[in-house]
This record gives sequence, C-alpha cells and structure tokens, in this order.
Amino acid sequence: MTLTAPPTRTGAGPHDVATARARFRPWRWVAAAALLVIAAQIVAFGVGNERFRWDVVAANLFAPSVLAGLGTTVLLAVLAMLIGSLVGGLLAAAQLSDFGPVRWAATLYVGIFRGIPPLVQLIFWFNLAYLLPRLSIDVPFGPTLISWSTNDVITPLTAGVIGLSLVESAYMAEIIRAGVLGVDQGQREAASAMGFTPLQTFFRIVLPQAMRVIIPPSGSQFISVLKGTALVSVIAMNDLLHAVQVIYNQTYEIVPMLIVACIWYLAVVTLLTLGQRRLERHFARGHVRTVATGGVS
Amino acid sequence: MNTTVLSLRGLTKRFGDHTALEGVDLDVTEGEVVVVIGPSGSGKSTLVRCVHQLESIDSGAMYLDGELLGYEEHRGGLRPLSPRGTAAQRRRIGMVFQQFNLFPHFSALRNVTEAPRRVHRRDAADAERDAAALLARVGLGDRAHHYPRQLSGGQQQRVAIARALATAPRILLFDEPTSALDPELVEEVLGVLRGLAADGLTMVVVTHEMAFAREVADRVVFMDDGRIVESGPPQAIFGNPTSPRLRGFLSRHNREVPA
Repeated sequence: MTLTAPPTRTGAGPHDVATARARFRPWRWVAAAALLVIAAQIVAFGVGNERFRWDVVAANLFAPSVLAGLGTTVLLAVLAMLIGSLVGGLLAAAQLSDFGPVRWAATLYVGIFRGIPPLVQLIFWFNLAYLLPRLSIDVPFGPTLISWSTNDVITPLTAGVIGLSLVESAYMAEIIRAGVLGVDQGQREAASAMGFTPLQTFFRIVLPQAMRVIIPPSGSQFISVLKGTALVSVIAMNDLLHAVQVIYNQTYEIVPMLIVACIWYLAVVTLLTLGQRRLERHFARGHVRTVATGGVS
Repeated sequence: MNTTVLSLRGLTKRFGDHTALEGVDLDVTEGEVVVVIGPSGSGKSTLVRCVHQLESIDSGAMYLDGELLGYEEHRGGLRPLSPRGTAAQRRRIGMVFQQFNLFPHFSALRNVTEAPRRVHRRDAADAERDAAALLARVGLGDRAHHYPRQLSGGQQQRVAIARALATAPRILLFDEPTSALDPELVEEVLGVLRGLAADGLTMVVVTHEMAFAREVADRVVFMDDGRIVESGPPQAIFGNPTSPRLRGFLSRHNREVPA
C-alpha cells in the first residue's frame, strides 16, 4: 500500500483521516475464537451429559411445592427488605443525630447485627425459647399485661423474618446514612431558609436526592437478601431451597432439582435488576442533561 | 421615618477561637437597601447567615419587626425557639445564596412553588400562577420547565431570587449573589436586584460589586474584622471615606476592578 493518500476533495493537504481503514487486530480474533470454543464445550456438556436430566428439571420447574417455596422465598425477602429499610432509615437518622446516646445506641446496634453471621442469628432466633420460655408485654419493672409461649410465636417464618430483618436493617442503615451524607449542605440550608421544618426538609428535599445514591446499593442488598433466604431452609422453613430438597431427598435427583432452584433464583434476581434500573431512572430526575440534538455513543 | 424591619444589637459570633462578628449593631428600615462590603473574612457573610439562623449567635440579639429572633422568653430568662418556631420566623425572611442552592430534582417552576405550597399551604394552581409571574419578573418566563442543570449560572441565580420572593418575605438577604458567576453573567443578576430595589423591597446585599453598591444602595456598610467600621450613604462611603481601613480597602479595590 502506498502511504501517500489520494487527492482530497477539500484539498487541504495530502491526508484525510476520513479515508482511514480499521487496523487488523489479530489477538481479538484469537480471543473471540477461544470464547467460542469454550461456549460450544459448555453447551455440549449441558446437552450431552444425560445426568443433568433436563426432563426432570422441566417436570418439576412448575411443581406446586416448588412454586409455593418460591412464594415463601419472595415473601420473606420482601418482608425483610421492607422492615429492614424502615428500621434502617430510623437507625440512619439516629446515627446522624447530634445527641450522643442515640448515636451510640444506633452504632452499637449496627455493629452487632452486621457483625454476627446471618445463619447464626437465624438459628439463635429459632431457638429463642431456650432463653425466654415466655414472651410478654409488661410495664417496665411492673406487672405483665399480655404473655405468650415463645414456641407459639417463634415459627420458622417469624424467626426467618426477625433474623433477616435485623441483619438487613443494619446494612440499610449504612446505605441510607451514606446517601443522606452525600446531599450538599446547601440544600438543607436552602430548605430551612424557605421555612421548611426539619421533617419537611428531610422528606421533600434531602431524601429524594439521597435516593439517587441509595438505590443502587439497595438493589444489590435486596438481591443478597433474596439469596440469603436460602439460609432459612436450615430452620425447616419451606422456602425454595427447602422445597427442592424435600423432592430430591425422596427421588435422589439432586442435580436437576438444584437446577430448578437456580433457574428460579436467577429469574427473580433478573426481575429485581430490571426494576432497580427503572427506579434509578426515576430518581435521576434533573441530574441528566436532556440531549437536545446529536446522538450519544 | 419608616418603621424598622430588622434590628441587630451587639451581635457576636465565634467559631472556636476566631471571632467572626463582634458587637454588630445594625437597623434596616422598611424599603431600605443596605449593601454590606468588606474584605474576605470580614464577617459579612456570617452576618446574613446569622440573621437567617443558619448559624447560632453567641451573644447579642436580633429582632424582626420587633420580635426576638431564634429565642423566646421562658421563666424569666431566654431559651431557644422550637424548630417549628424557628421555621415560622424564617418564612418571613428570604435568602439568596452564593451557590444558588436550587433543588436539582425540581424544575424551575417547582423550585418556586415548593415553599408556597408546602409551607404556606397554597393551592397548587394559585402557586403556579404566581410562580410563573415571578419567573417572568426575573426574565425567565420561558424557562419554567427546565431543571437547574439545564440553566446557566445567571439563570439559576435568577430562579433562586424568584424562589426567595415567592413567600413574600419582609426582608431579602443576599449572600454574595454574583460571586459564583462568570463575569459576563453578573450583570443579568444585578439587573434583577436593581428592579427589586426600585420596587421598594427591603434588602441586605453582601457583595464585592462596588459599582452596584454605589448605584443602588441607600446605605453602605463597611465591615472589617467582624465589626462595622463605617456606614453611611454611598456618596459618603465612596466619596469621603474617613477610616484608614476603608480607604485602604477602596484603593485596593479600585486598582483591581476599575469602577
């Protein structure tokens, strides 16, 4: 090839980069070929290995007990996330308080429930009856108003909800606190300058802006809670993992039943991720310049 | 003689060992435009921030229409007002910040309607009509539905002025409203301020714009080291400064920014 370019239309000089062609980049072709081979191998393994028993996977994917387990898993994750976010919000507010004792109490709470493995906490709450045979509401150091047997109150469901919510609230407190700290101090000043009360300032001005920072890590957090619900199978709660375990304990089709669980976990997590993207767009209001003309790469 | 709107008596503010304001006395009468000038760190921003109770004061007292700001009498002494009481007082004072501090998640119109609607419980349609008129007054009638990020600095500051006007405050405080602006955008904001002064609003303007002070102020206050060193009509302050510190300040300023 000659290095001197053909004469240009505008005649500015001998070269015009508009006529340039792409370079040949051999290692990209090598990498693509390698990935293709690996992908083909995985597909061949999945299809060729009869022990995957895809027929069993298909037959059990929509089995009533599996769907019931899925429902429990989602319910548990949603409850833990809702309670965790509410309590986490209060804890974040407490940690940002200028009153020491409130701040120390919240910091201690976060330290404890974030520091103990969730599995240990679940087993602990499930066995609460050993510590407190009866739960009661009473006047501090005074008479008892109502009382229940702990074994009636602590079912696998309540133990699961309590355990997961406590862990969740500790993590959400940190996420919300970081989001609130990220909002410029001038926003608070402007809001109070307009005569907003502290509560109005928080809910109308600070929180909506903090949400932009809070949503992405909360989405990841929701996904880890959803996966964390698999822990409740150890306290005999009928979640998705427990449902497939019950089936494979009878049929010994361990791998296909675990694949059923994997498919459902991935499906729910994918849905959550899509929902998170939508929320992020909503709270990005005013933070993205609308593109008047021209494209964005 | 007009009625006194704002009255400061012996105002003192400390940040640790540093005394930002020391025994400041100032009265602002209705319809008066007071322009506060002085070198950086002289306490002029702290002064308006204290009036707006964004900073607590260490001694002295402030009165708005004769009412003590930030404190109330209690069992023969004084105690701080409740957050609600403070918020109620702030509603009667408008503030424009150096950094605009518009709410980025609201449109220009919504920035202006937010306080009338949430704080004064105004009807949405009424508030929007008034807000549109205010935006037109600052020359931004066609930018009502833009978000702050889509506006230039000068436009954002004009929205911020409309927002401060929306609650019909007794007095407007400006904390260096043009200091964060590109030079070519300063004039559009000063133009709005001139209009407000001509409309007879009571204003305290902290600024480095000497030409503006000379032209618009009813009274110029020169501060240095947390004290009011000299104050008077602009002709006296700029034409016949008595204190050496003011003379030094003005000569430095004239060398840098020919007025």
